[in-house]
Amino acid sequence: MYTTELKDKNQKSAAVSLADEDPEKLAAFEARVAADDFIEPKDWMPEAYRKTLVRQISQHAHSEIVGMLPEGNWITRAPNLRRKSILLAKVQDEGGHGLYLYAAAETLGTSREEMIEALHSGKAKYSTIFNYPTLTWADIGAIGWLVDGAAIMNQVPLQRTSYGPYARAMVRICKEESFHQRQGYEIMSVLAQCTPEQKRMAQDALDRWWWPSLMMFGPPDDKSPNTAQSVRWRIKRETNDELRQRFVDVTVPQAEAIGLRVPDAALKWNEARGHYDFGEIDWEEFYAVVRGEGPVAKERNTARVRAWEEGAWVRDAAAAHASKRAMKIAAE
Amino acid sequence: MTDAKWPLWEVFVRAKNGLSHKHAGSVHAADARMAIEAARDVYTRRMEGVSLWVVPSSAIVASDPKETTDLFEPAADKVYRHPTFYTIPEGVKNI
Repeated sequence: MYTTELKDKNQKSAAVSLADEDPEKLAAFEARVAADDFIEPKDWMPEAYRKTLVRQISQHAHSEIVGMLPEGNWITRAPNLRRKSILLAKVQDEGGHGLYLYAAAETLGTSREEMIEALHSGKAKYSTIFNYPTLTWADIGAIGWLVDGAAIMNQVPLQRTSYGPYARAMVRICKEESFHQRQGYEIMSVLAQCTPEQKRMAQDALDRWWWPSLMMFGPPDDKSPNTAQSVRWRIKRETNDELRQRFVDVTVPQAEAIGLRVPDAALKWNEARGHYDFGEIDWEEFYAVVRGEGPVAKERNTARVRAWEEGAWVRDAAAAHASKRAMKIAAE
Repeated sequence: MTDAKWPLWEVFVRAKNGLSHKHAGSVHAADARMAIEAARDVYTRRMEGVSLWVVPSSAIVASDPKETTDLFEPAADKVYRHPTFYTIPEGVKNI
């Protein structure tokens, strides 16, 4: 799972002015980044770099955690034991991915508690994709294939992102992610070859998830004010539009291979460009979802907060056990 | 007691016997045993290891990037510490 950096249009930029930074240190930092050196937690870095990373990494972590909800919802209804074991393993992976990323963000001076609090209060953003409902079993296929596919497209270049702990988390995540995409595609390809109803179900899932998946890459480059700075600092290595185009180019033939149709009348191979041309994305819908108006945004947040609250006794028990053991050891 | 901060632990994984433990990442846990169990769930789901170390992050003392030059630069001009520095007459073997 993944999220590009998200901000409400009317949310003011948190960037600290670069003019306030020590010019000598800033120049040395920029030279290191330009030379593809990695920045490590104790190294000097501009405040704006730190803030951008905290925001991006924590949003990415929240996306992994919230991403468990639409899929976890289907574990008990998986059609057979094989699918159930796979889905369970995938959802567990997403939890692990959230943890690697929270840990990376913590190296920048934020705490786990602050991040969880920001998620639960609705202050923090996560990928817009998870505020769409999972209506049928085919949606689990579509999510693995398209959503994890888009995530991989985004995450592969992030293995070389300039902040060391983030890059290392991405290396682990990318290693684990490719099974997620393949199991989803397998679900879709099996459904597409079965009864007409099952094929319709697969097509319906593709119809509903296609556009939200394209939106996962974030706003177009000319509407993405932070992209230039993030690319310069090698936080991002490719722009939203470049990654989105690459996703379309690789995914369209995969849909064709299993007899499904991508729901875009304007989709056409452009020989001159060597890429697919595709239709206009409904950015109003995207910004509405970013603002928290996605179809199931409230349910997601409620489920997340409830899981946290209902898990309180486990945290209490672990803490009580730890202090009891510590006392016992002290007494020995 | 709810929501008390659990300490951070650094996790080291031995991939197989014969290799040293290598840093894999970190976990929050109430105590060492819980840290081992969390590390097992998070860092060895795909047969990545046969042994785990967990160390309280607060116990690690790290060098400061500001002293990087002082600490590590002196090694740069001591190339004679590498075997390739030395000239050996042609044809001499096993040295």
